[in-house]
Amino acid sequence: MTDSYVGKRVKRTEDPRLIRGLAHYVDDIALPGTLHVAFVRSIYAHAKINGIDTAAARSAPGVVAVYTGEDVASKIGPVPCASALPDLKVPDHRVLATNKVYFVGHPIAAVVATDRYAARDAVDLVMVDYEDLPVVTDVEEAAAGGPVIHENFSDNIAYRLTSGEGDIDAAFAAADRTVKQRVLHKRLAPIAMEPRGVLARYFPGEQELTLWSSTQIPHLMRTQVALMIGIPENKLRVITPEVGGGFGSKLNVYAEEALLGWISMQLGKPVKWIETRRENIQATIHGRGQVGDIEVAFKNDGTLTGLRYTVFADLGAYHQLLTPAIPTLTGLMLSGAYKIPAIQMNITACFTNKMATDAYRGAGRPEATYIVERGLDLVAAELGMDPAEVRRKNFPQPSEFPFHTATGLDYDSGDYETALNKAQEIAGYRQLREEQKKARDEGRLIGIGVSTYVEICALGPSQAMPAGGWESATVRIEPTGKVTILTGASPHGQGQETSFAQIAGDELGVNINDVTVIHGDTGVVQYGIGTFGSRATAVGGTAVFVAIQKLKEKAHKIATHILEADASRVSFEGGKYSLQAAKAAAAAGTSEPVVPVGEAPAGALPEPQTEGKSSLTLQDVALAAHVAKNLPPDTEPGLSATYFFEPKNFTFPFGTHIAVVEIDRETGDIKFQRYVAVDDCGRVINPMLVDGQVHGGIVQSIGQAMYEEVVYDEQGQLVTGTLMDYAVPRASHIPDFELDRTETPSPVNPLGVKGVGEAGTIGATPAIVGAIVDALAPFGVRHLDMPIKPENVWRIINSH
Amino acid sequence: MKKAINLSVNGVSHTDEVEPRMLLVHYLRDVLELTGTHVGCETSLCGACTVMLDGQAVKSCTVFAVQADGSSVTTIEGLAKNGEMHPVQEGFWEKHGLQCGYCTPGMIVAAAQLLDRNANPSREEICHGLEGNLCRCTGYQHIIEAVQYAAKKAGQS
Repeated sequence: MTDSYVGKRVKRTEDPRLIRGLAHYVDDIALPGTLHVAFVRSIYAHAKINGIDTAAARSAPGVVAVYTGEDVASKIGPVPCASALPDLKVPDHRVLATNKVYFVGHPIAAVVATDRYAARDAVDLVMVDYEDLPVVTDVEEAAAGGPVIHENFSDNIAYRLTSGEGDIDAAFAAADRTVKQRVLHKRLAPIAMEPRGVLARYFPGEQELTLWSSTQIPHLMRTQVALMIGIPENKLRVITPEVGGGFGSKLNVYAEEALLGWISMQLGKPVKWIETRRENIQATIHGRGQVGDIEVAFKNDGTLTGLRYTVFADLGAYHQLLTPAIPTLTGLMLSGAYKIPAIQMNITACFTNKMATDAYRGAGRPEATYIVERGLDLVAAELGMDPAEVRRKNFPQPSEFPFHTATGLDYDSGDYETALNKAQEIAGYRQLREEQKKARDEGRLIGIGVSTYVEICALGPSQAMPAGGWESATVRIEPTGKVTILTGASPHGQGQETSFAQIAGDELGVNINDVTVIHGDTGVVQYGIGTFGSRATAVGGTAVFVAIQKLKEKAHKIATHILEADASRVSFEGGKYSLQAAKAAAAAGTSEPVVPVGEAPAGALPEPQTEGKSSLTLQDVALAAHVAKNLPPDTEPGLSATYFFEPKNFTFPFGTHIAVVEIDRETGDIKFQRYVAVDDCGRVINPMLVDGQVHGGIVQSIGQAMYEEVVYDEQGQLVTGTLMDYAVPRASHIPDFELDRTETPSPVNPLGVKGVGEAGTIGATPAIVGAIVDALAPFGVRHLDMPIKPENVWRIINSH
Repeated sequence: MKKAINLSVNGVSHTDEVEPRMLLVHYLRDVLELTGTHVGCETSLCGACTVMLDGQAVKSCTVFAVQADGSSVTTIEGLAKNGEMHPVQEGFWEKHGLQCGYCTPGMIVAAAQLLDRNANPSREEICHGLEGNLCRCTGYQHIIEAVQYAAKKAGQS
């Protein structure tokens, strides 16, 4: 027998190798004879390439080859963009620049050498003759007719899109009041601690290519890279070993992945490229990058009647995999946790001389939540209402679910008020407000911020996704009784090896140590989609769950046959198939001892010892299924099941975050006093992992709210090019989090789970900014743009 | 011109000829195949490459291998003794102090040194002691709890 696992704080099975330093990330894999690749990257944001002289580099010690754009333009297809939007302009995105460069960090040439030092040395010997061109980095300037970046297009506008339902003009015309605010979402760098990296090995005899890559989407990458370099998809194997964080930045297909594969095929040797942090900030996707106006129409009692967001989206120079789609996700979530009868979003998405933006943790939804929550705070300020009460007034009630929004979504389930109440109770909200009043009287600057967010997870129904929104699982019981799960939801720190084993442990009545979860190898795992959009448990975990049910049906049939009983008399419990009579005896304490699954007999495969038994362990059934001497008629040997789960809808987790800050009048320094988060991510498989996801998400929000921004200067030079300039939060920057949960199961999947990977980055920024703005309310402040730094705060205090 | 170095790593003596510019982290990873020590930024900011050099936690991406000549180095692989995990390692497992695991070896080595210097640190002292190590996944809360767990555990033994 085993304890139940689901819902328990189970320690991760993947941890021992990681905490001993014995795990393998891409750069930890060493193949004999590996050559190393380093890139020549553009130092200009926009320039014509008049020539590239590679002669000195080619003759440098250790250099094996140098490839330029001209060498590969006709050999390797364009870097893919999977987003389809009406009239979308798609630039021809080659793996190496040909006659122009479009952003600082744009790859121009690849140098291949016998070791990484030699490759790096030779990069400096490649002479590029640049002729600089006018640069456009500001998205509004790009929209207004600045220098045109891609010559084959008439302007820099990649697409325009208007979305939403309801009569927005009527809503604004009939409103008692309206508020309007310009809001910036600066570009952010995802900064996975492990930068990207690729190891490619071509086997000329087998004509097979293996790519080890630090990616979130091994299967999608295999398909795309196969098309790019013209190798049959089933001759390309993509392996993701440990992946050191992604946050969306590895939900992509990058030029380097295809190029490394192609180079290995040319040279017949393994080739490796490990991204430096400088390259990572230059040439791995950025997140956010929106400038827009939020307008809210409302009644004098605080009832919302309309919301409009008119935004310029900074796409960068090229489309990466999902670049154009990200702003449209913002549009989907503009109803927030509220009943808003009319919503409109107007997007103008533009090319700029910068790295592409794409999915960074939350991917368009943090922008939406931030806009809506800032809007609600402005409404509260306008009416002199408590921000929590404005929110409460506009929540849909639990009985109104599925709740249709004016952005075209149907929220699955929710109880927003209970989460708000719980957070207020934990925070001692009323008392906090009283303390704040007293503190203000003493001249202290204390602020309280409230965010009641809803997010869209479990991406998603295939209808809404560019390349399938399902997920796959194969579950099999090996002849020795060990359980193997193959999942397409390849993780990068989320802990699916544990959480999926927990699901299997309960459903099959086995110890989780007897379950192995295999992922991230297209040579082993059936096709899958990947881990992003808080989908792994809700979609991938459900696939595991349903595959297990299928498998159990077969196991039950076999057990019934062996026990020579009616199917209705055989029950499954605690990893054991028993005759009902035997079960009754077991209850009386006379059952035979259960053989723990996993203690397989040593030596040759034994004969199933099943004759005359009144019960069978899963291991007995698995062995019988493989030995196949006594199976029911028309039953396939073996014991495995595969399921591709297609969700019918997204899931919509929600919650309330309350931040309390105090500002130092002398320095402008912002200190957290409290941080309370009540999140509802549906049913919880492992509360410890959920807490970890929430903490990590909130701290990325703290980064966005107070520290982080990718800065390009007017010439398009990247000013924040290293971790010395790009400020990622450190341990000393965080509050002592107070977390709690409500649990509203999702009706969309049989596990009732919703997803939690992005909740923190979505729910927290408005609470933090709201708290800082609230602290500065005595100075008449109603809005500040992120990141809010002590200097901004100090200037506000000292300008009064 | 290569230079001979002799150093002890995790209690094992090594003699090698290395280029003077070879970084200690590359020596550990590429020559000794101790790949538990990671590179995350190459500017000494992230701490993923933290190892003990003669008892001091250092960032091995900004130490040359030749500077470690004659020294004793402990990496993450050498922290467990006789198959028993170091209390900090136990703490990280127990308290879910890691997600992707990439910063973890450096974080654990830094935390071990922190506890060497201060057996019973306050929350603030832990945060200060880990300022040189970045984690992008955990939000630090569980790392702080892991170090608190290790301090308590070490205090009991």
